[in-house]
Amino acid sequence: MLRGKQTWWFENRPVIIGTGTVVGPDEGAGPLAADFDLVHAELDLNQKSWEKAERLLLEQASDFAIKNAGIRRDQVQFYVGGDLLNQLISNSFTARELGLPYIGVFGACSTSMLSLALAAHLVDSGMAEYAMAGTCSHNCTAEKQFRYPTEYGSQKPPTAQYTVTGAGAAVVAKSGIGPVITCATIGKIVDLGISDPFNMGAAMAPAAVDTIQTHLNDTGRMPADYDMIVTGDLASVGHRIAVDLFARDGVPIQDTVFSDCGLMIYDIERQKVQAGGSGCACSAVVTYGHLMKRLRNGELKRILVVATGALLSPLSYQQGETIPCIAHAVAIERGDA
Amino acid sequence: MATNTAGRGKFKPLSMSSKEYKTFAKQREPARSVFANCVRAFVTGGLICVLGQAIQNGYMSWLKLSATQAANPTVATLIFISVLLTCLGVYDRLAQWAGAGSAVPVTGFANSMCSAALEHRAEGLVLGVGGNMFKLAGSVIVYGTVAAFVIGLIHVIFGIRGH
Repeated sequence: MLRGKQTWWFENRPVIIGTGTVVGPDEGAGPLAADFDLVHAELDLNQKSWEKAERLLLEQASDFAIKNAGIRRDQVQFYVGGDLLNQLISNSFTARELGLPYIGVFGACSTSMLSLALAAHLVDSGMAEYAMAGTCSHNCTAEKQFRYPTEYGSQKPPTAQYTVTGAGAAVVAKSGIGPVITCATIGKIVDLGISDPFNMGAAMAPAAVDTIQTHLNDTGRMPADYDMIVTGDLASVGHRIAVDLFARDGVPIQDTVFSDCGLMIYDIERQKVQAGGSGCACSAVVTYGHLMKRLRNGELKRILVVATGALLSPLSYQQGETIPCIAHAVAIERGDA
Repeated sequence: MATNTAGRGKFKPLSMSSKEYKTFAKQREPARSVFANCVRAFVTGGLICVLGQAIQNGYMSWLKLSATQAANPTVATLIFISVLLTCLGVYDRLAQWAGAGSAVPVTGFANSMCSAALEHRAEGLVLGVGGNMFKLAGSVIVYGTVAAFVIGLIHVIFGIRGH
């Protein structure tokens, strides 16, 4: 049911019964390597194109999710997913392999929580018993589509971010053992005039702040009600801005652990990733790999994952448009079991 | 824990003008080290030129070519080195450090063509490699030609006989 202005309250408490995460070599060299199901040593996964490699990441992640859920593939009734590539090719081709009814969604890097919220909604409303959410990104496909050829020698500014190579999928079920999705806040577009595609953190920070504040208002919760509030890919620049925006608006964000997946996935001091990680897979693999593990073992009891997306296209920024941004929040709690 | 909706509306929605936000965000961005970048570009660009000069001198002394005759093979050699480094995945890493130092010389031009060709190989030789090779280099050629045309006009109009 709707609570407040933008929040879906899932009264039937859909359960995440299984997740799958697959990452590339840079993520495998980061601090969360042990939390992923599979780490590839090769950036191209021995495929003929970057696009094929990205697709394979998602296929493998969804296979892991289904396997870890302990169900058969044909038991999954709907697959909800999206990615960054034009016309969502990574997801459409993966859905072809899965052979499942498919709902393609685009939320740029916020797709992880957008698809998870929709899968939870399908299950909560009784439209499905099992639904799977998935997303993926690849550093080289993103560079190729949004920026320059991967081997082109251009200097990236310190505000730039490094697209995560990886894929994450989660199977949501009506009942079962695992973390529970209790509510989701669907964000609205916030655009405060940043137009530099090498400064996405600053562009997306207001969207994250807006969604979190709306979520707190809609649910009547305070930051302290969460063990952790984690944004998707604001990285160091956007994270700092978000913290200061909260301070300005008097939101006691310091009462919780406020972090960002883009800062968690890499060792930003050691790895050459500029401000930190980004991409659809950033929040997906950190949530489905690292945070799920901590929820399952009881380290965390209730978290809010706020995936952030910059909804620009190469065409829009070349035409001088600013970057419309969005953030979707999903609250996940430790299950009863 | 407060899970009811009693506190609804306790936080005011984010409100900030775009102008105000741009300043707010700018103050929180890491400073770009313009000076260090200039020094690095100067050093790298200079070293690439020194390498070019060494190659030219080499052709002149070993192959007994004149300075003019040695110029073309020198450029070809630099292009070859740049393409090789691009294919080995080294040139983009050098560029992150060197900035304009590795972008401005002829090696940067070669890198822009080679990287685009490599990137779009998967889309085939015609539409991929052929169609995309000049994706970045094309504008250098267009505006190089336009600039040459304008300079040429200035020469004609003002009668400057530069050589």
